[in-house]
Amino acid sequence: MPLTEKETKDLSQHARQLRKDILDVTFWAGGAHVGGSLSMVEILVLLYYKYLNIDPKNPSMADRDRFVLSKGHAGAGLAPLLARRGYFDFELIKSFNKFKSPFGMHLDRNKVTGLDASTGSLGHGLPMAVGLALGARRQARAWRTWCLLGDGECNEGSVWEAAMAAAHYRVTNLVTMVDRNRFMVDGGTEEVMALEPFADKWRSFGFAVKEVDGHSFAELSAAFDAAIAESSAPTVIIAHTVKGKGVDFMENDVRWHYGGLDSDMLEKAKRRIDA
Amino acid sequence: MAEGLTWNVYDANTMTQADIYGEVLCKLGETNERIVGLSADLAKSTKIGAFAAKFPERFFNAGIAEQNMFGMAAGLALSGLTPFVSTMAAFTTMRAAEQVRTDICYQNLDVKIIATHGGISFGQAGTTHHCTEDIAIMRSMANMTVIVPADGIECANAVVACLERPGPVYIRIGRGFEQACYSSDDYGFTIGKAVEINPGSDITLVCCGITVLQAKEAARLLHESDGLSVRVINMHTIKPLDTEIILKAIAETRRIITFEDHNVYGGLGSAVSEVIAESGRACAFTRVGIPDCYSIVGYPEDLYNFYGLDTDGIVRKVREVMKRDFEEEENWEDGF
Repeated sequence: MPLTEKETKDLSQHARQLRKDILDVTFWAGGAHVGGSLSMVEILVLLYYKYLNIDPKNPSMADRDRFVLSKGHAGAGLAPLLARRGYFDFELIKSFNKFKSPFGMHLDRNKVTGLDASTGSLGHGLPMAVGLALGARRQARAWRTWCLLGDGECNEGSVWEAAMAAAHYRVTNLVTMVDRNRFMVDGGTEEVMALEPFADKWRSFGFAVKEVDGHSFAELSAAFDAAIAESSAPTVIIAHTVKGKGVDFMENDVRWHYGGLDSDMLEKAKRRIDA
Repeated sequence: MAEGLTWNVYDANTMTQADIYGEVLCKLGETNERIVGLSADLAKSTKIGAFAAKFPERFFNAGIAEQNMFGMAAGLALSGLTPFVSTMAAFTTMRAAEQVRTDICYQNLDVKIIATHGGISFGQAGTTHHCTEDIAIMRSMANMTVIVPADGIECANAVVACLERPGPVYIRIGRGFEQACYSSDDYGFTIGKAVEINPGSDITLVCCGITVLQAKEAARLLHESDGLSVRVINMHTIKPLDTEIILKAIAETRRIITFEDHNVYGGLGSAVSEVIAESGRACAFTRVGIPDCYSIVGYPEDLYNFYGLDTDGIVRKVREVMKRDFEEEENWEDGF
């Protein structure tokens, strides 16, 4: 069902808030994977405010939907969202990266309430998500598993091992998403290790492929609905995004894959979000 | 031992370690709905295929893709199930080492790994299929329990016991043609508690896996021929290690040798030497295993002989160590 005008307005507000939170975390943490956190904001906001069946007051609810952030380096983008959704006090995040903090660059499910899987090493999230989905099916549970990959991460062979398994076992209770922001640490994805023809790769592995503007709630929502309805093959949603989205001086600049902000830059960046 | 889960010397002589594992898992699967199985195109040779045949809807063949298999096992555990995962030791602990460490051990998940073809038990396959590094790798992973059963009966005991132990467990077995060491399963198997299978006061042999039976036989021969009193310890659990039994052996026999089908670096010998070193007590000590090289090709029994891990080799090594001096107690300044 298409998003209502009010839903879109509220989601946009949450997205603006999350972008500012990401900048704050980057400031508090002394540096973060800010570019790839900003590029996935609409995907995460739409999931956590509309699609995921979750109850932050009951984080271990048996039938909750599971979310696996396979691009685990973007923990600075997920932790503030979990706090805003009510899993824990937002103030706790100010300790990010600090001595004995529950929050490090890559989040640990045994320390962060609401997190379904510890990730960080690339190529690990999708195999675990396939296992979660098979586990739900085996136990006749209705919950769904959602997994967000980075595009550079798709260099990893284990991603394609998992893709093969997802198609083989027709894991249709899993929705795979790729944040296609076209950059990795050393440069553009097509320069470092070309992924294109990317959609064709997924198709040839047996996936139903949706390509959308990853910053459009309307397009993402339509793709999520289609993925949920798809019953013959697993779906991958390739979300075309802009690395550093929302902060003009970070956008499409590989130097902001990981970076720090001083207080002046923080204020400047936050003003860009509202511009 | 659960109902219907008793094993005797007949089973152990007619079934391989892996066969018994497959049977035990089937029995456990009947009453425990949470158990699921995974393999990577080795369901037949690891014998988890018995479980797959009985519970096809609870078995997932990952194909020849071990990294994904251990990731999937982590996901299945996160969903509330208890996966038993079986492939060869080499592909478990090296090809998928990071998935075992990061997905399973770091998250402290209830995944039970039964790795076959450990050590040089698949001798004729050559180094690619030998695995003389796994104990070292697995015991360096926090949260992991590491068990090396002496035979099929002990493998059955370990598989039953691992289900009661929360968190990841690594059980390392051979290719499946090992002789039985025990004649029944009621000798009191407890994870983390070594078993003294022969009493002795002159020297202690600390063993795991196939060397336990060889040492037991060597102890008998040495008693008959040399009049030696040889203590044999089955250190089936490498982690957590039974340190008490080692401290007792240092004090009571003053000579210790470890025997293992593994590189002398990082495995049982290293684990025991750590206890000896930290005890501050001197004793004559040596490790026997694969001497930090890539093992040669051959049938396992020829290789065990070549590397001094069979009865002959053990007898020779004991005689050698019996000639060695150790620092006399009265010279110790800390009043042991």
